[in-house]
Amino acid sequence: MTVTLVLVVLMMAAFAGWLFRQSFNVRPWVAASARGQLPAPIPPSVTAPRVGLGVLLAVVTSVFALTVSAYLMRREMGADWQSPPLPGLLWGNTLALALASLALQVAWQAARRGATRRLHQALAVGGGLTLAFLVGQLVVWRQLEAAGYYLSSNPANAFFYLLTALHAAHLLGGLVAWGRVLARLHGGAGALRQRAGVELCALYWHFLLLVWALVFGLMLSS
Amino acid sequence: MAIALIMLATGSVLFYFLSPWQLTPLASNWGAIDRTISISFWVTGVVFVAVTLFMVVALLRYRDRGQRRAHYEPENKRLELWLTAITTLGIAALLAPGLFVWGDFVRVPDDAHEVEVVGQQWHWSFRFPGEDGAFGAARNGLVDDANPYGLVADDPHGRDDILVETPRVLLPVDRPVKLILRSKDVLHNFKVAPFRAKMDAIPGQHTYFWFTPTRTGEFEAVCAELCGIAHFAMRARVEVVEPETFDDWLGEQPTFAELAGRQADPEAGAEQFATCVSCHGPRGGGRQENDAPRLAGLNSDYVARQLRNFRMGARGEREADRFGQQMRPFAISLEDQQVENLAAYIETLPVEPTPTTIIGDARRGKALYRSCANCHGAAGLGRTAFRAPRLAGMNDWYLVRQLQHFRAGIRGRHPRDAYGNQMVDMAQILVDDAAVRDVVAHINRLAEPAMAEGREPEE
Amino acid sequence: MGEREYDASSYAPPAEVEEMELPHPKGFFGKYVWSQDAKVIAVQYGLTATAIGLVALVLSLLMRLQLGFPNSLSLIDPGSYLQYVTMHGMIMVVYLLTAIFLGGFGNYLIPLMCGARDMVFPYLNMLSYWIYLASVLILVAGFFVAGGSTGAGWTLYPPQAISPGTPGVDTGIVLMLVSLAVFIVGFTMGGLNYVVTVLQARTRGMTLMRLPLTVWGIFMATVMALLAFPALFVAVLMMLMDRLIGTSFFMPEMLSMGESSDHRGGSPLLFQHLFWFFGHPEVYIVALPAFGIVSDLIATHARKNIFGYRMMVWAIIIIGALSFVVWAHHMYVSGMSPYFGFLFATTTLIIAVPTAIKVYNWVLTLWRGNIRLTLPMLFAIGFLFTFVNGGLSGLFLGNVTVDVPLSDTYFVVGHFHMVMAVAPILVIFGAIYHWYPKITGRMLDETLGKVHFWITFLGTYVIYYPMHFMGLEGVPRRYYAYGETTFISDSVQSLNAVITVAAFIVALAQLLFLFNLAWSYFRGREAGSNPWQATTLEWQTPHTPPRHGNFGKALPIVYRWPYDYSVPGVKQDFIPQNVPPEAVERESDTRRGGER
Repeated sequence: MTVTLVLVVLMMAAFAGWLFRQSFNVRPWVAASARGQLPAPIPPSVTAPRVGLGVLLAVVTSVFALTVSAYLMRREMGADWQSPPLPGLLWGNTLALALASLALQVAWQAARRGATRRLHQALAVGGGLTLAFLVGQLVVWRQLEAAGYYLSSNPANAFFYLLTALHAAHLLGGLVAWGRVLARLHGGAGALRQRAGVELCALYWHFLLLVWALVFGLMLSS
Repeated sequence: MAIALIMLATGSVLFYFLSPWQLTPLASNWGAIDRTISISFWVTGVVFVAVTLFMVVALLRYRDRGQRRAHYEPENKRLELWLTAITTLGIAALLAPGLFVWGDFVRVPDDAHEVEVVGQQWHWSFRFPGEDGAFGAARNGLVDDANPYGLVADDPHGRDDILVETPRVLLPVDRPVKLILRSKDVLHNFKVAPFRAKMDAIPGQHTYFWFTPTRTGEFEAVCAELCGIAHFAMRARVEVVEPETFDDWLGEQPTFAELAGRQADPEAGAEQFATCVSCHGPRGGGRQENDAPRLAGLNSDYVARQLRNFRMGARGEREADRFGQQMRPFAISLEDQQVENLAAYIETLPVEPTPTTIIGDARRGKALYRSCANCHGAAGLGRTAFRAPRLAGMNDWYLVRQLQHFRAGIRGRHPRDAYGNQMVDMAQILVDDAAVRDVVAHINRLAEPAMAEGREPEE
Repeated sequence: MGEREYDASSYAPPAEVEEMELPHPKGFFGKYVWSQDAKVIAVQYGLTATAIGLVALVLSLLMRLQLGFPNSLSLIDPGSYLQYVTMHGMIMVVYLLTAIFLGGFGNYLIPLMCGARDMVFPYLNMLSYWIYLASVLILVAGFFVAGGSTGAGWTLYPPQAISPGTPGVDTGIVLMLVSLAVFIVGFTMGGLNYVVTVLQARTRGMTLMRLPLTVWGIFMATVMALLAFPALFVAVLMMLMDRLIGTSFFMPEMLSMGESSDHRGGSPLLFQHLFWFFGHPEVYIVALPAFGIVSDLIATHARKNIFGYRMMVWAIIIIGALSFVVWAHHMYVSGMSPYFGFLFATTTLIIAVPTAIKVYNWVLTLWRGNIRLTLPMLFAIGFLFTFVNGGLSGLFLGNVTVDVPLSDTYFVVGHFHMVMAVAPILVIFGAIYHWYPKITGRMLDETLGKVHFWITFLGTYVIYYPMHFMGLEGVPRRYYAYGETTFISDSVQSLNAVITVAAFIVALAQLLFLFNLAWSYFRGREAGSNPWQATTLEWQTPHTPPRHGNFGKALPIVYRWPYDYSVPGVKQDFIPQNVPPEAVERESDTRRGGER
């Protein structure tokens, strides 16, 4: 549980620290005057969808941190732990996901500039690469299964399948959002109006790339 | 409101002093645990009374009676700091002794002897390390009827391990003991209230705790971690005795090697069986006119245990069990080896159909049987691992009588009847005679497909 | 005046909130069924949670029947008893308390108290409710499948939860796990909403330190829930895999019905760590909203500002953060490395300090107040008394040594029912009596309410207080019957009978409450917009009950904290949050400015 503990403590500490900063020198019982200035608006960059995504990512972080904690705890526990061999295809998949993430970054920039065509292309490439990643993961599963590394034969295998499946499920969820943005673009919505959606997709993809890199690295190390 | 609070607070405090339910009399070295409990009671009691009284005064003095206004005071840093400091002190006063005692709890003294406690659904068994002072390795995957502890056969440490399969163990007084716990199936927790200490038993790993019994006597061990439907009936007996008594007792218990070498001879048992024939019938089919139940179909483990129970007076000792009393002299006439042989022979007897004599609502019985099925099996064939005998195909009139005896505590209440007292608790699920007949009617139905092997059971 | 302090936390909501387009519903279905209005969703949550809570109440009565009068009903066998235990616990903790505090009160109060038109993501909010409903239905389906619902205890410890010998091992446990997973997904949608609404959609002038403590409590609880529920989610997924496709996350090499099972090398303790990593914060997920709400009830009805508001806020934050590092105090005798005991006993007792501070501040708020013994106030005091009692018994169980003899006994049952069941439920009742006039526009009947209060408060005390002493004697919990256990005195049986009778009386009183809810809806006294003379924004809406969009044309602007009660020199004894200092009616003009 150490990993989770550290992560959650860090998240809670950052959050509590922020709350304390908001509240430390305030004397709440003092009223404001109507003639006084209206307080400054919060920075325009802090929009509700962005904050929402941030919170969501915190939740997802918690999910993965806990699974990884369980993985580490279990790994340290028994001599019967036998990591499955990692097929070479996983490197290819990693590359695909990285490129997908990059494509979405390009899409985000295109959306900011209002370049609809470029946005369209970049989005399509990003989605396609993501699908390629997912199919690749599926192939990896088949390869492992064909080689006799079943889910039930060893906890290490079970964790491998669980972590990859969880990650893939999150990407699938992302693809739903991606599909919505794409559908709206097809419906004739301008690139600028889709900026928020594209931006969320891009950030989400970057995050999942990071998660994948950590998970993959963890499995390489064992 | 204020009055109610005062009454509740006084009531609570009085309850603490007057309540008939207090810690059970201590029987181990953990007086320190009891002291931490009383420290906690005093500290929390004072806080409880103080806070309640403060509320009461506030309620009495500051109720809204019209003209007064509340005092305006957003905060009071000094007061808050003081309160925080005092609370921290109080908490530290609670925590510090606790941590010191926990330090002792964690460290087992060097002179402690070791006893392994094995939990399984739903009984306990025990193992002593034997002369070499070390336990042999064991794995759950190796457990079967012949090797109930799952000992690794070629581990030399295991050969002299002393196995105590029945849930009754003796411990010498005034000698620290380290209990090493493990489980064969689910989580259990070995708890003897007067010893205070307890711990979970977990499959796949060992846990431990230690204590020194300080008082001789008989104590009841219960399971304190939910382990399935018979959780409440999972008991054991711990008898704390003088060291000599303990040594004698331990000497009588078989080692793993002895148990493995022990063999029963069914052919010799056949000769013994000649005595039984007159009541139980030539092939052990049972005779109602003699009130002698069917024996065929019972496994040797169960038969041998019951014979031993009769012999030592753990069954058939009560007047209310008339037919059990009749059985006793026959059992007493047998020697140890004869019991084993006889039981082995009875296991070989064929099971034949038996007439139905009980009328009950089998459908209702089926619902009731849900609980029974956990040990005796859905088909009523019995399960050795659960020490549960076969029911299907047994004489229904006998089942009814035994269930009634269990229910009334005529059978199974004797402290030496290892698994009978479990059955007492379970039989009480059947709330009246009708329920007993219903469940037996269902068992009668189980017998039909079991009897006619090869024929498809009708559903 | 305070402009300068004010800059320290300078803040204003983004302008778009005021212009936010709300999907205005049409027709009955659009308004009350597929509604995206947080207030309607709140009521939906509340009603669903109450309905399933009543099921759990009936289950508890069945348990009490068996315990009070053992072996007298053939309906209850050991298997069904465990099923009642399990479903009662799980429903009460997750499907009632979590749902009603966050889904019910959170939905109703966050937008109103923050001065928002609605939640930030209304569609997601609606989805959250329907997914919650689905999880409840899946849970209830467990009662009707072959083998019945699971009887593994609400902790669902493996291997027992998915091994034969436990009721509902075929289907019941699968439904339970699926239902939990669905619940967590639904909750995450709602939770996102609550957090982002509090962070982003507060009206002008509503700085964090001007939020009512109710919002603080719900907000912090939601943050914790968002981080803690994933632990349960992961554990549930892993257990489902163990159960359905034969993995061995939690299942070691073991026997199953006397035969060797196929599992190899799993760790039951791993599940316990995951479970309690969720389970302990869960306690505070239920407690913090109760803390928040009760603070507001006490302040409003004692006509006094909550004492030490900042300390209260910080205590909430500290409790929230600390509650993630105390989970293993549920596992002192679980067989984990006993050295953890030192660490977790210490963290556990540390968390008692901020909790104690909260208690002090509540009773200090009463001190020199002007206490109106209204129904909400009665319940708030009932909460205080019960919570102090339950909190103090928690000090026994958190202290590792003391816990050893007491764990898994009725002491634990008494403790957590006091602290986590009765105390929050008293707050829920208090909150309903407090906000019902806003939700429906009518007051609840006072006489019925008083009867309800006294029976509930005294009754639950009679039920749970003696349980501690049964536990002291060592009476183990989750026992179907006690037979002739030598160390349990015979009088425990009579005590159990008394408790059962008390439980039935308390349960009947709840019917009275339900009747009151229904009757007052049609016949209750008209409430007016601010019957309690409260300061928070929900009482300042132009309509009662508030309409969709909450605040009419213009959102309120907030000038002050929510606790301006009995301010010296001011004519009335309360100043609503949206009243600027210039508009406050003073007793005399000599004390202009009203510096305090």
